[in-house]
Amino acid sequence: MEQVKCECGHVNPIGTVLCEACGKPLEEVPALLDMRYEGSARRSQTYNKTIIDKIWNFFSSVKVGVWLIVITLVASAIGTIYPQQMYIPPTVSPAEYYEQQYGLLGKWYYALGFHDLYSSWWYMLLIALIGVSLVICSLDRVVPLYRALNNQRVTRNEQFLQRQRLFSRAKVKHDETAFRNVVDKLTKRGYRVREENGNILAEKGRFSRWGPYVNHIGLIIFLIGAMLRFVPGMYVDESMWIREGEIKEIPGTNGKYFLENKKFIFEVYEKEKEKEAFQAAIDRVGSGMMAKNYQTDVVLYERVGPVVAGEEPKLKKIKSFSIRVNEPLKHDHYALYQVDFKLDELKSMSFHFTDKETNKSFGTITVDLIQPEKEYDLGNGYKVQLLSYFPDFYFDENGNPNTRSKVPNNPAFVFKMFAPDRPKGEVSFTAIRQTIEPLGNNKYKMAFANIETRNVSALTVRRDFTLWILGVGGAIFMIGLIQGMYWNHRRVWIRRMNDEVLVAAHTNKNWFGLKKELEGIFKDTPFVMPIDQADKRS
Amino acid sequence: MVQLSSTLLYVAFVLYLVATLFFGGAIRVKKKEGVDRWATIGIFVTIVGFIAQLGYFITRWIAAGHAPVSNLFEFTTFFGMMIVGAFIVIYFIYKTSLLGLFTLPIAILVIAYASMFPREISPLIPALQSHWLHIHVITAAAGEAILAISFAAGLIYLIRVVDQSKPSKRTFWLEFVLFFLISTLGFVIVTTSFRVAGYEATFEWIDKNGKQDEMVYHMPALVGPHEGVLKTEERMKPLVDMPAIINARKLNTVIWSLFSGLALYGLLRLLLRKRIAAALQPLVKNVNLDLVDEIGYRSVAIGFPVFTLGALIFAMIWAQIAWTRFWGWDPKEVWALITWLFYAAFLHLRLSKGWHGERSAWLAVIGFAIIMFNLVAVNLVIAGLHSYAGS
Repeated sequence: MEQVKCECGHVNPIGTVLCEACGKPLEEVPALLDMRYEGSARRSQTYNKTIIDKIWNFFSSVKVGVWLIVITLVASAIGTIYPQQMYIPPTVSPAEYYEQQYGLLGKWYYALGFHDLYSSWWYMLLIALIGVSLVICSLDRVVPLYRALNNQRVTRNEQFLQRQRLFSRAKVKHDETAFRNVVDKLTKRGYRVREENGNILAEKGRFSRWGPYVNHIGLIIFLIGAMLRFVPGMYVDESMWIREGEIKEIPGTNGKYFLENKKFIFEVYEKEKEKEAFQAAIDRVGSGMMAKNYQTDVVLYERVGPVVAGEEPKLKKIKSFSIRVNEPLKHDHYALYQVDFKLDELKSMSFHFTDKETNKSFGTITVDLIQPEKEYDLGNGYKVQLLSYFPDFYFDENGNPNTRSKVPNNPAFVFKMFAPDRPKGEVSFTAIRQTIEPLGNNKYKMAFANIETRNVSALTVRRDFTLWILGVGGAIFMIGLIQGMYWNHRRVWIRRMNDEVLVAAHTNKNWFGLKKELEGIFKDTPFVMPIDQADKRS
Repeated sequence: MVQLSSTLLYVAFVLYLVATLFFGGAIRVKKKEGVDRWATIGIFVTIVGFIAQLGYFITRWIAAGHAPVSNLFEFTTFFGMMIVGAFIVIYFIYKTSLLGLFTLPIAILVIAYASMFPREISPLIPALQSHWLHIHVITAAAGEAILAISFAAGLIYLIRVVDQSKPSKRTFWLEFVLFFLISTLGFVIVTTSFRVAGYEATFEWIDKNGKQDEMVYHMPALVGPHEGVLKTEERMKPLVDMPAIINARKLNTVIWSLFSGLALYGLLRLLLRKRIAAALQPLVKNVNLDLVDEIGYRSVAIGFPVFTLGALIFAMIWAQIAWTRFWGWDPKEVWALITWLFYAAFLHLRLSKGWHGERSAWLAVIGFAIIMFNLVAVNLVIAGLHSYAGS
């Protein structure tokens, strides 16, 4: 590697603007020094030959970084003009939805892919480019900056001192007590004071210079964590509907865990039950119109023993828990969240076996709407066969009864009724509020008696092994941010040259604070408070 | 307790107004050795007002059983309080009374704006029943409030440096910013006037699903709802009906605010016979520009980490608990990210590209516009999971 030797004897890497040791300008520099990276030799400012140099230089530019931020910002804003695909009703086709709801603009919005903007390849690419920019920007600066701060000497070149923003030069008689006084004051204010031949370098808060790099590391870790969620096994996101009384395998747990829904509770704010302070608000939206609680009381089980196909699993109870919004059930890195519910789903229907003329009942059957039985024996020669069952009944395009789903929203049955005087049986099609007798007039009918309902709860199952990485990234980011923002790196140089004393000071931010501090330090001493040379310009 | 709470808020509001007058008086005092008595009284009154508002906050918290940050009125009022709090802190660092003259009116406007929304103490819906409500909202509001100080500083800087001798892009945009502040005042005046008058007009209209619905206006309808039929007698008929996808009542309120803002602005221009910023310029002529620039920068430097913690990190932790995922691209989340990206760009431009002074001041103004957009438009217009309690 090529090197540049300064007159002070220190050997600097090529591209160095200010000697790392004494600060003497090695190149043409403005009247007031640009102290941003201590005038150190940054790779991006030094080499520009190979393609790698060019890529490095492109990404190490803050200008490029800022542009990437601004483009991401604008793209993100565009994504909020209309709701993203995940927030539109799941039953409709997005292509139709956006046009119907938002007209021509909506159509374009969809056509340009803005309905799913945040998972589009180009948005991901933007985030990735920001990540690359973060790494290269940081490396380009942090290494030379570290070298420069590590190699700095107490005695600084005259040029370096007089081109600092805060500087003074005055004839001051040597006065050891006054000199000690200043050193004491600096030490008391937290400065680390180094002395060399009667010259001083007082420094504090150097660690704040590393703040930006620390927070960039945090961001990188965060982005890596976010990327890891695409790795199989790192992330489980399932949902389950579970009825009251039901025991179900928890999806995403590979058959390891089972859940029982004991009860689902939905509560609203009712005027009479709430305290005085809430009355006006409840009046405005209406009593009973505002949700108070969604809760599923569950029991968590773990399977014991190996999985045997076709055999009922053996379960061991782990715990009872009430899952509420904001209070997920957590176990073994899994979390179960309350997300949705359905009240009063049909559970069972009962019918009386009735003589149509006399209205006499010969017994009652109860049909479980999830697992109906094939035959119901009422004794004395009366029995009912369930020929067909349509949980969610409708007439299809051919006029035949059919079912839309397995959910008992609108159950219908084809019963075959046997009685001592009807040994061959009579067929009856029974749905809610309608009975059809396809094979002529029957003597008997299944008269509707009763229904039972229960609530269904929807839970989301999550396991996310990336969370701790995101947490670590976030924490490091915050530490770096605070380190860089709430402290600053201040230095004061005092150099005696013949009968003159040169005082210079520098801070990376908060000049106001530094000036106030220096006023306190130099008050009542023979040293002259440095003047802000930036003021003179304007 | 509820009554006491409202009274304390009212007291705080009046005290902020009084304090503004004192900070105004402080300007004419020549900077001499010793203390500026006007400014001392000003900051004293501000602190008393802040304590009164803190009293409002605590008593309302006790009455409700949860921190009063759960709807638009409560959040915005709290935001106003945090602006005053941030100002008090910055005042004791930099001792510039001029900052009070600009920050307090902004806080007053924010609080006045807040009180145009339903003010009842409301119980919490399940999603809000968490301690993270307090932690997240309070930190986020504090961060935004500290960032808002940079807006006040930026405004002072711009009023001082923008050349008013001839019209230019800069004078236009500066007037534009001031016009928006005046329009907020217009909104408050118009809303209050019609509320006092008890104006109400009911419309029957057809929503976007073709269903008939009812809509109640509290201001005369300049724009009516889709196929709206006026049901209340002796009320103004709308000049034009809106299509069904537009919330006509909200748009009507916006139009009224802008019109009243224009009227107020026009009136001021007529009285002053020059641009508002030009009229304000003498107030700031003695200001130390470097110091104002530094105040603006420092409030971003202090506010940015607080904002990150409250509006992103705490927000993500809570979202993971309440909504099962730490990030879901909900509009409010996205706009918090946009705000964060914006201030990140601000800091990079300032630190690396040397955007100091006027450029930095313009950026501070834009940053505040983004924060206000997230507060106002995202809650009222782009409805998402966060759209609590609009009007």
